[in-house]
Amino acid sequence: MSAGSLPTSGPRPVMVTSRGGGAENLRHEGKMSISVKETSGAAVAKPLLISTRRSPQDRLFRGVSRTAGLTTLLILVLIGLFLALQSRLAFQTMGWAFFTNTGWVTTGPHPQFGVLSALTGTLIISGIAMFVAVPVALACALFINEFAPRQVLGFFPLKNFLTAMVDLMAAVPSIIFGMWGFFVLQPSMKGLSRWLSDYLGFIPFFKTSDTPIYTSSFLIAGTLVGIMVMPIVTSLSREVFSLTPVAEREGAMSLGASRARVIRDVVFPFSKGGMVGAIMLGLGRALGEAIAVAIIISLTFQPSIHVTQAGGNSIAALIAFRFGSGGPIGLSGLLAAGLVLFVITLAINLVAARIVNRSKMGG
Amino acid sequence: MTLEMTSGVGGAAGESFVPVKIKPIRPREFKRSDIIVLGAAGLAAYCITWILFDQLTLLSGQLGFVLFCVGFFLGLYWVVNRQLFTRQVAVDRFVAALMTLGALAMFIPLLLLVVFVVARGWNLLSAHVFVATQKGVSELSPVGKAGVAHAIVGTLEQVGLAALIGVPAAVLTAIFINEIGGRFTRTIRVVVTAMSGTPAIVAGIFIYAIWIATFHQGYSGFAGALALAVLLLPTVTRGTEEVLKVVHQDLREASIALAAPEWRTVWSVVLPTARSGLVTSVLLGVAVSIGETAPLLMTVFGNKLMNSNPFNGPQAALPLMAYQQIKLPLQADIDLGYTAALVLFLLVFTLFIVARLLAGGRRRTPGFAALRSRIVNSSLGATEIEQDGFADTPIASYPPSTSTDERDQR
Repeated sequence: MSAGSLPTSGPRPVMVTSRGGGAENLRHEGKMSISVKETSGAAVAKPLLISTRRSPQDRLFRGVSRTAGLTTLLILVLIGLFLALQSRLAFQTMGWAFFTNTGWVTTGPHPQFGVLSALTGTLIISGIAMFVAVPVALACALFINEFAPRQVLGFFPLKNFLTAMVDLMAAVPSIIFGMWGFFVLQPSMKGLSRWLSDYLGFIPFFKTSDTPIYTSSFLIAGTLVGIMVMPIVTSLSREVFSLTPVAEREGAMSLGASRARVIRDVVFPFSKGGMVGAIMLGLGRALGEAIAVAIIISLTFQPSIHVTQAGGNSIAALIAFRFGSGGPIGLSGLLAAGLVLFVITLAINLVAARIVNRSKMGG
Repeated sequence: MTLEMTSGVGGAAGESFVPVKIKPIRPREFKRSDIIVLGAAGLAAYCITWILFDQLTLLSGQLGFVLFCVGFFLGLYWVVNRQLFTRQVAVDRFVAALMTLGALAMFIPLLLLVVFVVARGWNLLSAHVFVATQKGVSELSPVGKAGVAHAIVGTLEQVGLAALIGVPAAVLTAIFINEIGGRFTRTIRVVVTAMSGTPAIVAGIFIYAIWIATFHQGYSGFAGALALAVLLLPTVTRGTEEVLKVVHQDLREASIALAAPEWRTVWSVVLPTARSGLVTSVLLGVAVSIGETAPLLMTVFGNKLMNSNPFNGPQAALPLMAYQQIKLPLQADIDLGYTAALVLFLLVFTLFIVARLLAGGRRRTPGFAALRSRIVNSSLGATEIEQDGFADTPIASYPPSTSTDERDQR
C-alpha cells in the first residue's frame, strides 16, 4: 500500500513495534494487535518500525473489495480492448479507407464500408444540439442561480423546485424524448425548416434538393438531442455557478454592480472551467445518443451538410439500425464504428475533467 | 476586475464638502410602468413577427414564429430600456429577460414532453393493460386487447439483475477506492470517470458481440442485464464514492479508537452514516438505466409473449417495446407504444420521487439534486461544494444526530 496515495484513507490499525525485545502485547477483542515498547532511559532517536497485522476478517474484507475494484477496472478496460480486437477484421478489410468510405456494404465479395458519413453526421447532430442546448442551458442555470426567488407566494420553494425539475428531466428516458420529437417536435419544425431553406438557402447548410422533404433531417434530430442534453448541462453548470465565492459576489454588489455585471465579471470568470467541462460532458452525451436520433432520421450514406434536407447518419444510429445484419464483417465494422465513438467520448470526458482541474488550480 | 459605479458619484470636487444629491438607479426596482414597457415590447415583437412572417415571408409552424418573436422582443426591450434609463439598467433588464426566457425555453419543452406522454397514454391505461400481453394480437383483433405485462416483467427482471450484478460491485469498488486504497486507486478512479460517459449503444454492441455473437448464447434478458450493468457500474461507483467521501473522518477515527477492525468500521460506521446517500445514488443509477433502449435493442431483442425467464430467449422491455411499437403503421400499435412509454415514465418518476424523499426527507443528505451534481462534479474534479439553501448540509456531519438537524431548524 503506497502511503500518501489516498488523502482520505480509512482506518489503518497499526502495530507499533520498537526495536529491542520484550514487547508487551495489548490485545483488543483479539481482532487487532497493537504492541508498543518505549525505549527506556536516554532517548536514542531510533526510528520506530511501524507494521500492520490485520485480523483474518479484515484481510478477507480487504481482499473482497480489492477484487471488486480490480474487477471493475478489468471490465472497463476489457470493453475497450474487446472493441479494438473485434474491429480488427473491419480494419483489415478496409484499411484506412474505413475513415474515408461513405457506403455500408458489408456482404458480398467486395465489402465497401466506412464510417465517414456516420462520423460527419454524428458531429453535425451534436453540433446543432450544442448550438441549441448551450445558450438555453446556461441561461436557465443562471436564472435558477441568480434570478429565481427562493420562494414565491410565500410558500412555494421555486428555486429548489426548479433544481429538482431539471434533475427529473435529466432522468427522462431517451425513448420518450424520441417519441415526443417524432410526433410533436418534427411537425412543428417543418415550417421553420422550409423557411430556412426558402429564404436562407444561399447558405450551403440550408440548401435542399429540388424535391425537398423537411422531416427526418439533421436539424430536427439535432434540436431534439439538444433538448435532451439541456437538463444535463443546466444541472452541471448551475452547480458550477453556485460555487462562485459569496465574498466576491457581495463585494461586486456593494460596489454597485448590477446583476448583469455580477454575472459577467464575477460568476463567469470563476466558473469558466466548470462551464466548459459541463458543456463537454453534454457534448459527450449528445455524441452517443442513439435512439432519439434513430427515430428521427432516415439513414442515408451520402455525407451531407444540408441540415434541413431529409436523411442523415450517425454512428450510434447506424449501430442501432444495422446490428443484426451484414455477417461477421458487418458486425466487426459496427464494432469499429463503436470504437471510434467510444474513443471520442472517452477523450472528451477526460479532457473535460482535465480542463476543470486546471481551471481550479490555475484560476 | 473593474466595476462601473451604477450610481454615478459626483466625486469630491473642491475642498469644501458639498453633499451631492444622487438619485440612485435601482435596476431591480420593477414598477408598474416597467410592466407596461415589458408588455408593450412583447406585443410589438408579436406584431413585427406577424407582419414579417405571416405577411411578407411565409413561415408556417409555431416554433419558428415563437423563436423570431422572442428575438424581436429581446431587441425591442433593450432599445426601449436604453431610451428610458441608463445603459446599466437596460443591460440588467435585458439580461434578466434573457435568463428568464432561457428558463422558459428549458422548461416549456420539457413540460410539453411530460404532458404529451401523460395525455397520450393516460386514457389507454387500464387494469387490463397490466395483466395482458401481446399474445395473439393481430391487425384484426379489437383495440385494447393487448397489454404491457410482459414488458413490465422483462424490464423489472433485467434492471433487477443488472442492479444485482452492478450495485454490489460498484459499492465495493467505491469502498476500495475511498476506504482502502492501493496501487490501482488512481487508475480505477480515472477509468471509472472516463467510462461513465460510455454511450449506451456501445455497451449494447459490446455485450452483443461478446455474449451473442461470440458465445452464441442467444438473446436473453440476462444479456440485457449485463449491458445495463456495464452502464450502471461507473455511475453508481462514482456516486457511492462521492457519498463516502463526505462521511466525516472523525467518525472513522472514533471507530478505530474503539479498536474496531476495518470491516467493522466500514460496515457499522461508514455505510450506515452514508445510507440515504447510498440509496439515492443507487436509485439514480437504476432510474437512468431503466430507460435505456439502445443496449436492449441488441441484447433482449423484444418479445410479444410473456417470457418470465430472463436467462432464456428474447424478452420484452418497456423502452424497447415503445421503440418497436411506434414504428408500426397501425394506430392501435402506436397506442400500445404510448402505454409502454407512460408506464416507463411513471416507473422512473416513482423511483425519482422515492430517491428524493429518501435523500431529502431527513435532510441528513444533501438532497437529490446536490448529490447528483456532486456525483458529476467529482468527474469534473470538484470535491468541495458549497451551496446555498438546504442542500449545503453535509451528508454526514459530526456529531451525526444533532448538528444537521439543528441546521435544518433555521
